[in-house]
Amino acid sequence: MKRKRLALSEPVEGASGKTGSWRTYRPVVDQEKCNACGLCALYCPEAAIDPELQVDLAFCKGCGICANECPKKAITMVREER
Amino acid sequence: MTEIPKEEYILKCTSACAGCSSTLSLRYVLKAAGPDMVLVVPACCTSVIQGTYPRTAMNIPVYNIAFAAAAACASGMSAAYRKKGVKTRVIVYAGDGGTVDIGLQALSGAFERGTDFLYICYDNEAYGNTGMQRSGSTPLGAITTTTPGGKVHPKKDIDRIIEAHNPPYIATACSAYPLDLFQKVTKALSLEGPKFIHLLAPCPPGWRFPAEKTVEVGKLAVKTGSWILWEREHGTLQVSGPSRAAMKKRVPLDEYLKMQGRFRNITEQQKQELQRNIDRALARIACEVKQPCS
Repeated sequence: MKRKRLALSEPVEGASGKTGSWRTYRPVVDQEKCNACGLCALYCPEAAIDPELQVDLAFCKGCGICANECPKKAITMVREER
Repeated sequence: MTEIPKEEYILKCTSACAGCSSTLSLRYVLKAAGPDMVLVVPACCTSVIQGTYPRTAMNIPVYNIAFAAAAACASGMSAAYRKKGVKTRVIVYAGDGGTVDIGLQALSGAFERGTDFLYICYDNEAYGNTGMQRSGSTPLGAITTTTPGGKVHPKKDIDRIIEAHNPPYIATACSAYPLDLFQKVTKALSLEGPKFIHLLAPCPPGWRFPAEKTVEVGKLAVKTGSWILWEREHGTLQVSGPSRAAMKKRVPLDEYLKMQGRFRNITEQQKQELQRNIDRALARIACEVKQPCS
């Protein structure tokens, strides 16, 4: 392999691995209560909640901000079993 | 409501701690700046969370530079771009250690030269990336690893130091109000010359509160008046919405302090001094809003 002249990092998804493995508690959305206000996606530090409000569990670190900020209390944090 | 672009410039996922408010803020800073930008990052949390070489989570050009040199590096970059007639935005995203302590002289120099760039200091009130050592920005009474009994000196007022350079735009923001931050970054980038945004970024492991309370703590900082949101455009001060509400009716400071483990050793006397400082800062701002002194 040809050696690069500059120490440049290339952007890729999962540069720090699948951070979903850090999680202790998993966010579970109650679709009955959810009014799709989008505050969870607004406040998610990792953008793991997409504009359609689907949680990307491969990367969600389980911080719980979404559950704490949900005005309808539609998100509960459930302990991961593994 | 302002329309926020859906594009993300940070790919999933950085290695930031769960509930990191600086990553949250950086998302909105990058959304406001758009793809034609360069981020200059001195030693701080953001320089270690990008991922490991040869991979990075940042989908924009990032230049990592030594602690003291961020503003100097951005100065050179900005000068080169403008000479070439390129409009690329140069943004420094530095922590509080790299701004109020180590990077202060480079920062002051860049503001004095009138470099066309935006300097954002995300303030988690300690050296977070090395394990929470005391910085000039740590507030009175806060426990850090180097002030185990609580800090005995008050927080350095970096905003007034920068204000003394008379920049075209200076503002404060808080990670708990991303829309406010987005608007301020957009406005700053529409102006020419050196711009400064001081951003409060609550740090769950460092301030010792649970990760899910990040936004709640940020909001309480504003509601208690510990952090005041304002912007100063060409010398004209304007207080932002959440702080205007806080000036009318304040939440007791105790509610903000008791949420954080770093204030568990704070004395009654230190609490009173914190309260006095808040009252003084709010009174000064209220006075200036009522009667601009130019």
